[in-house]
Amino acid sequence: MSDARNTSADGSGFTTRLVALVRKETRQMLRDRSNLMVGLLLPVVLILLFGYGLSFDVRDAPVALVIQDRSETVRELVSGLRGSPYLDPVDVQTMEEASRMLVDGKVDAIVQIPGDFASRQVKGGAQVQLVLNGVDSTTAQTLEAYVQGALATATARQADRGGGVATGTVTLMTRTWFNEEGNSRWYLVPGLVVLIMTLVGAFLSSLLIAREWERGTLEALFVTPVRPLELVLAKLAPYIIIGLIDLAMCIIAAVVLFAVPIRGSLVAIVLVSFLYLLVSLLVGLLISGVTRNQFAASQVALLASFMPALMLSGFVFDLRNIPLAVRIVAEILPATHFMGVIKTLFLAGTDWGMVASNSAILLGYIVVLTFLTRRTLRKRLG
Amino acid sequence: MDRESGRALPPILASVLGWLGEVAFLFRKEVLALFKDPANRIILFAPAFIQTLLFGYGAILDLQHVPYAVLDQSRGQAASELIARLDGTGVFTRQATLVNASQIAPLIDRQQVLMAVTIPADFDRKLAGGGNGEVQVVFDGRNSTTAGSAASYVSAVVQALNAARSGGKGVAVVRRAWFNPNLESRWQIMPAMIATLSMLQTMLLAALSVAREREQGTFDQLLVTPMTPLQILVGKALPSIVVGLLQSTIVMLIVLLWFRIPMSGSPFLLYFGLLCFNIAAVGIGMTLSAFALNMQQAMLYSFVLIMPLTLLSGLLTPIRNMPLVLQYATYVNPLRFGVAIVRRVYLEGAGLGEIAINFVPLLAVAAVTLPLSAWLFRHRLS
Repeated sequence: MSDARNTSADGSGFTTRLVALVRKETRQMLRDRSNLMVGLLLPVVLILLFGYGLSFDVRDAPVALVIQDRSETVRELVSGLRGSPYLDPVDVQTMEEASRMLVDGKVDAIVQIPGDFASRQVKGGAQVQLVLNGVDSTTAQTLEAYVQGALATATARQADRGGGVATGTVTLMTRTWFNEEGNSRWYLVPGLVVLIMTLVGAFLSSLLIAREWERGTLEALFVTPVRPLELVLAKLAPYIIIGLIDLAMCIIAAVVLFAVPIRGSLVAIVLVSFLYLLVSLLVGLLISGVTRNQFAASQVALLASFMPALMLSGFVFDLRNIPLAVRIVAEILPATHFMGVIKTLFLAGTDWGMVASNSAILLGYIVVLTFLTRRTLRKRLG
Repeated sequence: MDRESGRALPPILASVLGWLGEVAFLFRKEVLALFKDPANRIILFAPAFIQTLLFGYGAILDLQHVPYAVLDQSRGQAASELIARLDGTGVFTRQATLVNASQIAPLIDRQQVLMAVTIPADFDRKLAGGGNGEVQVVFDGRNSTTAGSAASYVSAVVQALNAARSGGKGVAVVRRAWFNPNLESRWQIMPAMIATLSMLQTMLLAALSVAREREQGTFDQLLVTPMTPLQILVGKALPSIVVGLLQSTIVMLIVLLWFRIPMSGSPFLLYFGLLCFNIAAVGIGMTLSAFALNMQQAMLYSFVLIMPLTLLSGLLTPIRNMPLVLQYATYVNPLRFGVAIVRRVYLEGAGLGEIAINFVPLLAVAAVTLPLSAWLFRHRLS
């Protein structure tokens, strides 16, 4: 039977060997549940955590109110704070008590209205003290804007009613395109696709293939009639399948669980994700071939692919904020290009020009990495 | 004879010393195994160094640069004052001055600007008449956190403009931010890294130390030595704890000397907190290693655990923003309390009394995981 196949045309021999190898690799992968934990369970955990657990949005932040002026003006002013959906004010009698609550993390800010507020407001130069706990600077900055906004609205209302010289007020009408409610989940969930593709592509594959180098089972396969190309394709096939399952899970979770819109073309999403998965797999293969040691491979994969995809791709940290030198490094990473296009495809719509240029960049990486991987494999065998 | 026994150590002390001496043998062997390989030595310390720089420069949430476009249809004095004030902040840079509204969408779509300001033709007229002059602002919401920060900057500029127009009778909000006077996100993130960055490898090393012997079949030999499981446990756990503390020291020195974030609290208390945190992390690692059959599983299990532990630590997003179920889950997360201790000691200068409560969950995790793993060593032989 195998003789008959070997004598057949070279092309069919290629497919027969490839199918046999893929079956072997798939079985080997399914045998160990720890692989599937990283490949399938961890993505589910990440999707649920990012979807439900993490939020950068400030809602109902506890704020201590220390009102030392009991006048009617102040009561009106403070009603602006009480009405805000972002703030949850609690009345506190003394600054000492409020300070203690701030340090203990029971409140995020103190708003203190001094005893001479009303009299100063008539003369001009009225002040409100805002004390923030700077340890969580992100929340602190958001709170500052909310408190200022609420107070400004309240004073404007008072000024309107107070008559006097009407000077006219500049008002803002803001709209946030692509994410009208400003929900951080909407950009975290699409970004997760990048993280999970990197996880399966680079981290899992480099670790498992490095283990085969370490144990010498890969060399054993090289002496069989199997060609290196077939071997590489067969090794990568199970990861491609897992990566595609993860992609499907991300898309379904985004739509069904988190109501994240998919405004762009689904075909384009799958296409660029597949290209990025190939890039990650090649990175993983390259790392495993260079290190040939599973501990080293896992650490290098974390450091060279996963951490940068988490930190420098624009996933959570906006690239506009980072220094130029680091931004140049970020622009070199394939994850950054994938992140830009996947967020646009989910939230903004299909910009075919952007899809084409980013796909071209990813294809460029595939060519370069294939070349590098072939060189490492050949050199190591020689 | 009498005099000799008088000089000899009391029997209890002697047996304790003997016990410790045996542990010291195992400790030496473990440290040698860890540092013998030059590649390992690099892998143990280079990542802490590289990741600290990566996070220090990449993990920045402060919006410092907002490219924007303006469409001024009013061309009045108030409109130019608003634009001048935006340009004067140093945060907003005008990328384009538009002539019609159809130019806005392409600029935002291609991410050339983060926001577009439209000042309608009747803006100055309405303001002069004492009415409301409405300014329309459109933001790119693909990163809604960035859009939110930009919106609060614009609103601060408009409030300042309104206050100036009304003759300074508005309410001034005087801000003081404790522990982080300029509200820099780097201060929020980097001290927490002293605990976070060391956790990945301490847990992993602890998990690998047993799994390696299991894979190589030498663990059974260790079990038949005169050493008790407790001694094996201590000898295996200590090197990981030492490596964790060394890595924390590297991170701390970079945070202190390179990023120049001042330390307010006592270094001794900080190290005491880190020690307890590391013991808890190593306890989890040892328990994992008792479950893992080989190194690969140990690595994959640790990684599956580390991601949720990091995300649910309060490092990036406040624990209060999480759903209640997850908030309870964070009580078994050593990193939550490690981050809390480091932040409070490093930034707030808190004393032992103020942070004592954070040690309870850490020691509880250690008190459960360490005996559990010692028991598992004996009872789970593959």
